[in-house]
Amino acid sequence: MSDLKPLLNVDNLRVRFPSRDGFTEAVRGVSFTVGREKLGIVGESGSGKSMTGRAILRLVPPPGEVTADRIEFDGTDLRTASERRMRGIRGRGISMVMQDPKFSLNPVMTVGHQIAEAYQVHTKASRSDARRRTLEMLEAVRIRDPERVFGLYPHEVSGGMGQRIMIAMMLIPDPALLIADEPTSALDVTVQMQVLAIMDELCGGRGMGLIFISHDLNLVASFCDRILIMYAGRVVETCRADELRSAKHPYTRGLLDSLPRLDETRAELPVLTRDPAWATAGDPKGGAT
Amino acid sequence: MREWLLTDTPGSRTQARLGRLYGGWLAFARNRLAMVGLGIIVLLILMALLAPLIATHSPYDQDLANRLQPPSGAHWFGTDQFGRDIYSRIVHGSRLTLYIVLLVAVTAPVVGLLIGTVSGYLGGWTDIVLMRITDIFLAFPKLILALAFVAALGPGIGNAIIAIAITSWPPYARIARAETMTIRNSDFISAVRLQGASPVRIILGHVIPLCTSSLIVRVTLDMAGIILTAAGLGFLGLGAQPPLPEWGAMISTGRQYLLEQWWVATLPGLAIFVVSLGFNLLGDGLRDVLDPKNG
Amino acid sequence: MIEVEDLNVIFGHGGGAIHAVRDVTFRVGAGESFGLVGESGSGKSTVLRAISGLNPDWTGIISVDGEAQRQRRDKAFHKRCQMVFQDPYGSLHPRHTVDRILEEPVAIHGMGDADKRIDRVLREVGLGPQFRFRFPHQLSGGQRQRVAIARALILEPRVLLLDEPTSALDVSVQAEILNLLKRLRSELALTYILVSHNLSVVAFMCDRLAVMNRGRVVEEMDAVTLRRGEASQDYTRQLLRASLGYDRAAADSFRDFA
Repeated sequence: MSDLKPLLNVDNLRVRFPSRDGFTEAVRGVSFTVGREKLGIVGESGSGKSMTGRAILRLVPPPGEVTADRIEFDGTDLRTASERRMRGIRGRGISMVMQDPKFSLNPVMTVGHQIAEAYQVHTKASRSDARRRTLEMLEAVRIRDPERVFGLYPHEVSGGMGQRIMIAMMLIPDPALLIADEPTSALDVTVQMQVLAIMDELCGGRGMGLIFISHDLNLVASFCDRILIMYAGRVVETCRADELRSAKHPYTRGLLDSLPRLDETRAELPVLTRDPAWATAGDPKGGAT
Repeated sequence: MREWLLTDTPGSRTQARLGRLYGGWLAFARNRLAMVGLGIIVLLILMALLAPLIATHSPYDQDLANRLQPPSGAHWFGTDQFGRDIYSRIVHGSRLTLYIVLLVAVTAPVVGLLIGTVSGYLGGWTDIVLMRITDIFLAFPKLILALAFVAALGPGIGNAIIAIAITSWPPYARIARAETMTIRNSDFISAVRLQGASPVRIILGHVIPLCTSSLIVRVTLDMAGIILTAAGLGFLGLGAQPPLPEWGAMISTGRQYLLEQWWVATLPGLAIFVVSLGFNLLGDGLRDVLDPKNG
Repeated sequence: MIEVEDLNVIFGHGGGAIHAVRDVTFRVGAGESFGLVGESGSGKSTVLRAISGLNPDWTGIISVDGEAQRQRRDKAFHKRCQMVFQDPYGSLHPRHTVDRILEEPVAIHGMGDADKRIDRVLREVGLGPQFRFRFPHQLSGGQRQRVAIARALILEPRVLLLDEPTSALDVSVQAEILNLLKRLRSELALTYILVSHNLSVVAFMCDRLAVMNRGRVVEEMDAVTLRRGEASQDYTRQLLRASLGYDRAAADSFRDFA
């Protein structure tokens, strides 16, 4: 995976928000590359993982400020690209799936219509063509009765179905890179597995790159190829997913230990004690291997 | 002091409450226009309080030799058809305006709040009955209904206030009910129900405090409308009776001279305009601070 | 301590009625910790809300502490049986300080000595007196959940109903809250019913559990069996497999259980 030219190259990314006294930094010098692989970004709330994903697509809500030495996607500098160019990239180049589908879908348009529109915007396909593709896509995300679901409004679908619809909508323009921010956290475990299988298949089949942002260490370890662990706006550790169990950073270790297990026999769970040095450790790439 | 107020670890009830107020004030003070609005309202209040000191003449003394004088050094805003000083009348009129505004503000929203929260929280038949009554009131145009009430009660500023209050509570009841319906199903209401709290306790202690902020915003924004309704009633001769210097009534009498002696009607009109604007700006600022989303 | 027999919950009337819980029966002994596991829509939270008295639309038998309960509960019941909710951001009144939140149940039940009780219960849940006058927005998610637990405990109940108490929290905070709940149970001899979709949490917290699907109890087992992964029903086995992490082959084999 690493011998291929990376799709996305991020260097020294910073996101900050003005606050009552000065600035609060949400992301503090994050650097990474993504190829045609599944990259997991793990962290707790406030670690800056979601802001990292949003900053790439320039979707950080104002008054947030984004700076970086480099954000390059497929030869385009995303820092300086025009808004017009960005619109082309969003969707066709990079797509994003958010945590809560209810906020991302237009409530007064049927879901089928929205997906078809996403397709038409990027491909100039005819209406019947878009409809056919949409039904195919709904089927691809394992929606049993695509014809019926096509005509439903967002409030009429369940959480799991809504998330699958979002994924269908984000994948229909056939993006090169998908950023998925907690795409399955609101779902039941079995549905979650099915949605992941869909994304897995698309990554393998189409050679799509994936940035999978999640708080669930176990899930990321079993699903992704490579993992970035974020803490207080920095990447504290980078490792291959199958080597997560032998992670070195005390934060990663602490997180792993504090998870209850199915075969739990411990009387008490070890509690993570946070070392202030983790947040301040000099080199932003510190801990990377 | 600032630190003590803004601390995240208040040590007493008072400090917690003051800190909260101060935080709200800081958010409010950041909004320039809202501060302008607040300034206008504070000036209005000062003007009402100090009216006898600020006014250059008596608002009632007629001077028929000097009627319909244009603005000058002796009469800053000119004089009306009886030679009364318009500036002094406007200054004294601010008392009437405040009087109307305050009385309406302490009656209509309170009634609306109670009816709305009870209706929304209890649901069922209570809700149906209370909301149908509200609908009946809402079905009439406000000014017409107020006119009907004043016509029945007889003209006068007290009756005008009653009429305005009676006609302006239904929208507040609607807002309070809608908000109560969303609050009713939240976990913190469930939690207090599980502690065995009675509906009265829940409505008074838990639901109403959350509804008040949006209601305060709405009331402030409605103040302009209330002033205009009062002025409208005054204009039609059903509100304040002569010789009271009520702004609406002043416009009403000034309209006959509008073309030649423009200041007689225009200056009280401007006063209404400025005060309405002040309340609107203030309301916008309050909305930013009190919006429940910033909980 | 708690007996539930033939519990049925139906929402709505006529054609639109939803049969959310069907013939659910289980018993929880005094001092026991019982888990209710299932996916969303399985009816697990509905069972809990019926026991708590929040939901009056049930039929069957619910008895707590030897007393059969009716649809409406009295104050004495609430003093014995308290609940902790899933979302610590929604379960505390946004305009009330911790002090006010904890003082209210004491006032409702006329228990007196509010100051002492509040101080003690705050210490019990691992929050110092410095938290007493804060508003919820000045607390982290974990601290809020501790306040919610303190609010439940201040009435000195015997039964605590826990509705996904850690699913909205970060994993490191989850560990703290789970430890706290476990410690409180042994110190105060509480009986727990824990509703969760997370089998690992149930394996850590509970002695016995019931697995629910589409309103029915599919399987009841003890925690030892769960830890060994020895489920007898296909549905439970599928749930166990899904909880182990992502596995392509497993995901493809999943099916719907009606």
